[in-house]
Amino acid sequence: MAAHSAVFSVSKIINPFLGGRIGNTVKILGTTLTSHRTKTNFAPPPAKYGGRHTVTLIPGDGIGPDLLNHVQEVFRFSCVPVDFEVVNVNSALEKEDDIDNAITAIRRNGIALKGNIETKHTMPPSVKSRNNLLRTSLDLYANVMHCQSLPGVQTRHKNIDIMIIRENTEGEYSSLEHESVSGVVESLKIITRNNSLRIAEYAFQLAREKGRRKVTAVHKANIMKLGDGLFLQCCKEVASGYPDITFDSMIVDNTTMQLVSKPQQFDVMVMPNLYGNVVSNVCAGLVGGPGLVPGANYGHVYAVFETATRNTGKSIAGKNIANPTAMLLASCMMLDHLKLYDYANLIRNAVLTTMNETRLHTADLGGQGTTSEVVQSIMRIIQSKGQLTTDL
Amino acid sequence: MYNSRQHVVTASPQKKKYSCCIPGIMAAALRGSLVTLVKGLGGPRWQQLASRHLSLSAGLCGPETPPSRADTTFKVTMIPGDGVGPELMTAVKEVFKAGDVPIEFEEFHLSEVQNMASEEKLEQVLTSMKTNKVAIKGKIHAPMEYKGELASYEMKLRRKLDLFANVVHVNSLPGYSTRHNNLDLVIIREQTEGEYSALEHESVTGVIECLKIITRDKSRRIAKFAFDYATKKGRNKVTAVHKANIMKLGDGLFLQSCAEVAQLYPKIKYENIIIDNCCMQLVQNPYQFDVLVMPNLYGNIIDNLAAGLVGGAGVVPGESFSAEYAVFETGARHPFAQAVGRNIANPTAMLLSAANMLRHLNLEFHSQMVSDAVKRVIKQGKVRTRDLGGYSTTGDFVHAVVGNLRHRPIH
Repeated sequence: MAAHSAVFSVSKIINPFLGGRIGNTVKILGTTLTSHRTKTNFAPPPAKYGGRHTVTLIPGDGIGPDLLNHVQEVFRFSCVPVDFEVVNVNSALEKEDDIDNAITAIRRNGIALKGNIETKHTMPPSVKSRNNLLRTSLDLYANVMHCQSLPGVQTRHKNIDIMIIRENTEGEYSSLEHESVSGVVESLKIITRNNSLRIAEYAFQLAREKGRRKVTAVHKANIMKLGDGLFLQCCKEVASGYPDITFDSMIVDNTTMQLVSKPQQFDVMVMPNLYGNVVSNVCAGLVGGPGLVPGANYGHVYAVFETATRNTGKSIAGKNIANPTAMLLASCMMLDHLKLYDYANLIRNAVLTTMNETRLHTADLGGQGTTSEVVQSIMRIIQSKGQLTTDL
Repeated sequence: MYNSRQHVVTASPQKKKYSCCIPGIMAAALRGSLVTLVKGLGGPRWQQLASRHLSLSAGLCGPETPPSRADTTFKVTMIPGDGVGPELMTAVKEVFKAGDVPIEFEEFHLSEVQNMASEEKLEQVLTSMKTNKVAIKGKIHAPMEYKGELASYEMKLRRKLDLFANVVHVNSLPGYSTRHNNLDLVIIREQTEGEYSALEHESVTGVIECLKIITRDKSRRIAKFAFDYATKKGRNKVTAVHKANIMKLGDGLFLQSCAEVAQLYPKIKYENIIIDNCCMQLVQNPYQFDVLVMPNLYGNIIDNLAAGLVGGAGVVPGESFSAEYAVFETGARHPFAQAVGRNIANPTAMLLSAANMLRHLNLEFHSQMVSDAVKRVIKQGKVRTRDLGGYSTTGDFVHAVVGNLRHRPIH
């Protein structure tokens, strides 16, 4: 089936004049990863009543539960009008009931904040990554992270300000693998025109909205001439609609090299799934590590917020040394999404001010600080910001 | 706790780009973006990155509410209404004052029967609501005579604020025994359409048609509200009340919408019951119900019936919600005009409702304090108003509540 679609899309590259923009393209046959889980036929309104929002909270594994407890604590302290519906997902079970529950919960609330759910490699191959399942079922096609140097954090490179937009639902993460002949395994990487156009459009719109100047598409079209070629071509097509933004493309291997040698040259980057995974981890490393960078997954209807690099941090779980910055900043992104900008800024400023205190740096930044000390300091700053009168 | 330093966080529209003037961040400035100074902030002000989905429907998020903090004064709109409403509001104010509750009321006297209602006044109330988001309200009496206007001010206010969901939590008060004790059920009522559409006309002389409107959107919305409420409060069952055997299309649509929404909540049991049977069951065996959801008129009847089960209109609090606003009122809405000035009204319902309002505003501690005090007075049974079989006045009751404010909580 998927092979068919690949063949079919070849013809589309050869005859580009056949394909128009998203709306009027000929439908590409292929496996849509989302269809099997869409039971209800309507998108319900979000759970917001009397100005209070309900948000699904998935604690996940490792340091997730601890960090999300801190988020709840900070929210309560700052009087944020958000209630959490906690949904636990047990990663040890093979059955998909738990994750189905979580997905339904997000469907009814519209928004979720989550820790990463562990994917054990020891499980049978039929068990898919819960995180991936969640993203594909809810069609959260755009993963957005913003890597920015923080003044309080010592890193090799300064002045980094990169936005990474990653396609989140297809590519290498299609979960289509089989052993065609004994000893030969084929993993299918799926690139579709629709999804490529969609992510490129998202990247350019975001770039324009944020006043960015350049979008760089990351690919490997010299090897995967058709698959990545299609992605690149879609990016070019979309770029032609944004003359105010420079478009540029770069091969993934070169990109990683450039990132670690001269990261300041990048502005907005758009890429397929796996490259996004690699590049986002590189970038997070550049600005100080996984504990600092928040990430968001957006679909047309739903949005899920988590840390950018999606680590479980099992080794430091329960030790009170995890860096809560990434998760707190992710919660701020969530508040922005809920249009609670003042609350978001209040918490974000407190978090960033705390980052300037070297004394409070956690172990990942080479400090001695503990998670609870950092959170305490953040809450102190929130309090010291004085009264926020209601007549703003 | 009270901090005198005023710090105003500038609400930042997300399209603006912020960066800081620390030399290190010049790269951002070079890109031609606005350089904005951020007061008293060491680090760069992070852009609200990707905060909004690009093609998100406008309905998902409303305008921003200004942040409020536990150590500030909250402003609340107050509409005393008719009958004993103003007396009940006085009770609330007295208790709040005695309990140092950080609430400031903006009072609006809107009344149709006292000729104090006008479009202008309604506008004032709405403007106040737009900033405060929260109101406490007595009943605005709607006279029965027809004077050229079909919609009452009560209805107008509800429609303007789109207060679609009315919640009445019927809870037996320990210490006051009725025929059914330990009752705990929630009645959720759609209150913007149905029989209250104010669409009536005389098609032929002597024949009046009243239109009952049921729409899919609003039915789904109220159904989702009911299930969300059940999820939030940890309840296990939602029962839809209808009359789809007679109104096959109208109530049929309501029922169908409820069933659709129920699919999203696999952990909550969903049932339906016909309104007449529901009434009978409520007086015979009300314990079988948990959360009830229903269209407008049925809700009106069931609200009153259920309030009667636990002690009448004076003891059951209620609240109405839209996406943005919350209005707190009594569960069974009656002006009780015959009691005006006689100091006999029971303020329990309004005080409990006020406590719910405090919880909604994140004032958990104060909320607990007020509701505990009220419940303690009822439990002691020494001070009771006439409707509960006592001889005390409203003033006595309020006095007793104030006296109980500072005690440790009852458990």
